[in-house]
Amino acid sequence: MNFSNLFKIAYQAILRNKTRSLLTMLGIIIGISSVIAMVSLGQSSSQNINEQISSMGTNLIMVNRSFQRRGGVNMGNSSSQSLTVKDCELIKAKCQSVAKISPSVSTSGQLVRGASNWPGSMQGGSPDYLEIRKFEIDKGTNFTENDIKEFRKVCIIGQTVVDNLFEDGTDPIGQEIRFGNTPFKIIGVLKPKGQNQMGQDQDDIVIAPYSTVMKRLLATQYIHMIYASAVTEDACEQAVEEITEVLYASHKLKDGDEADFDVRTQAELLSMLNSVSGFLTVLLAAIASISLIVGGIGIMNIMYVTVTERTKEIGLRTAIGARSRDIMFQFLLESSMLSLVGGIIGIMFGLFLSYIISMALSWPFIISFSSVVISFIVCAATGIFFGWYPAKKAANLDPINALRYE
Amino acid sequence: MVPAPCKNNGTKAINPPIIKNTIMPTIIKIENLKREFIVGSETVRALKGVSYEIEKGEFVSIMGTSGSGKSTMLNILGCLDKPTSGEYYIDNIAVSKLSKDELAFVRNRKIGFVFQSYNLLPRTSSLEQVELPLLYNKNISSKERRERAIYALEQVGLQDRMGHMPNQLSGGQQQRVAIARAIVNDPVILLADEATGNLDTRTSYEIMSLFQKLHEAGKSIVFVTHEPDIAVFTSRTIMLRDGRVTKDVAVDTKSAKEALDALPPSEDYN
Repeated sequence: MNFSNLFKIAYQAILRNKTRSLLTMLGIIIGISSVIAMVSLGQSSSQNINEQISSMGTNLIMVNRSFQRRGGVNMGNSSSQSLTVKDCELIKAKCQSVAKISPSVSTSGQLVRGASNWPGSMQGGSPDYLEIRKFEIDKGTNFTENDIKEFRKVCIIGQTVVDNLFEDGTDPIGQEIRFGNTPFKIIGVLKPKGQNQMGQDQDDIVIAPYSTVMKRLLATQYIHMIYASAVTEDACEQAVEEITEVLYASHKLKDGDEADFDVRTQAELLSMLNSVSGFLTVLLAAIASISLIVGGIGIMNIMYVTVTERTKEIGLRTAIGARSRDIMFQFLLESSMLSLVGGIIGIMFGLFLSYIISMALSWPFIISFSSVVISFIVCAATGIFFGWYPAKKAANLDPINALRYE
Repeated sequence: MVPAPCKNNGTKAINPPIIKNTIMPTIIKIENLKREFIVGSETVRALKGVSYEIEKGEFVSIMGTSGSGKSTMLNILGCLDKPTSGEYYIDNIAVSKLSKDELAFVRNRKIGFVFQSYNLLPRTSSLEQVELPLLYNKNISSKERRERAIYALEQVGLQDRMGHMPNQLSGGQQQRVAIARAIVNDPVILLADEATGNLDTRTSYEIMSLFQKLHEAGKSIVFVTHEPDIAVFTSRTIMLRDGRVTKDVAVDTKSAKEALDALPPSEDYN
């Protein structure tokens, strides 16, 4: 019995009962479309994160005070004190691969101007802070080394702060606002940056000279973080090594001592986020696969019912000259075709779904070729696996009894 | 009548006309056939040693009441069942020596089945019904398949109903489609199991008339029935009772067409 004849027999059988075929495929359609959509969205999200972080500059280096690691994600609220302004000066002097550096402190408080107020946090940094963190001045100027030396109470604000404190439309430059009890003069406004990939509003920011913040607001000798940029992206790793060496010496640590700081690059952050997102994608795909298994069980159920219902037909085919093998292949082909066609519909639907959601979230739309191919193979395997038992049952029917079946 | 065009079907030649008292090739030979079934702890002896021969071109009826063993006989003739002992030769092939696949081959090429309840596939056109046995014959191209199917439908007079589904056909028409399906592979023998059982008198006579027409064209037919009214349309009757042959006689054949014409006109026309 040649293959094209078998094929014809199988698809004639499927077309004979279109409604039932469609309902049987539904499980597979839902299963495959969820898997495809999840994987595609997972990759879109990864890509989106990559793009966002890359736009922040991939030669960014962050030095933090060390603390209990919690999943490797930057936490920050610790009372450990180890980094100083002197560390920054040493790094600036000794590390060849480091281009710019800025100490960083922060504190939160209420921003007040006249009747308006807005909860905010103040970032203290050097004039290089803006460049390292890729902020740009829109109006006014950055503060200077002099401002730092003289602990001047000047600041630069972001657009969100402007919107909330200057609703009357006054030009913020030269105006005075209070941070807690301390008055600050606004000397610059930043260009808007929008939300970052973690959902934080990057325009909700106030930047002042670090010395001012340390002395007048925090009364501390220690800084929270050091931001630095490497000369080039490739020099990042080298820069990290150099910084680590300098800090080890400065903090009087010996080899083998646990460091009281940690140095992280943008690239590491990127790969960490990617691995988290990759893990999530796999998890989601696994969950979606469960619905695929359910779909396969659906096929098996229907094939069983079909075999019973078509007992007489099977008896007839045997009487006409079908071998057990022909009957077996017929039913296997039927279940495989149901599964594959359901898979194709599922793939198209899944991609469509992923497209819609990607557009809605402004994520890049990615089609993962490998997931499509894998889905295909899984479908074929599902059809064969879940169709096997019913097909075997059909092939082993005794024709005499089958023909008598009512 | 011109027989079906045969291209790849082996050595089937044109069927010669029937000449009485001439020795014709034997197409079916049953030798001391026994068939026993084990049901629980009992042995049911359905056939207790049956022997006969059927020559090419005969129209034989096998008669008996239920329990006579005629269904078992039919199943063995149709290669759906194997005898416990004894031998069955069809077209000089010893069936007991055949593997399952070879049996399927015999059923496909040598035998044409006609059932009491037609056994047509649901939601399938007449043409596709008749093509079905040819689908299991890998030597036939789809073009030849179509041609043969159309020819078979013409032979049973249903060339105008090729696209009809079974639910659009009357009982008699459905049985004719089944008969077309049975002859499409040009088998050695047609096996009919109570082929008129589900039909009214008029339609039964129409179907018997068709069988007689096929017989005149040279087809060999074995017709299992329990109705003597139907058996008179055949040319030989083998009586079975309790698993044995009690009679094996020639029949004074009546013409089904004449019987049909002799029926009172249908109530439809009153």
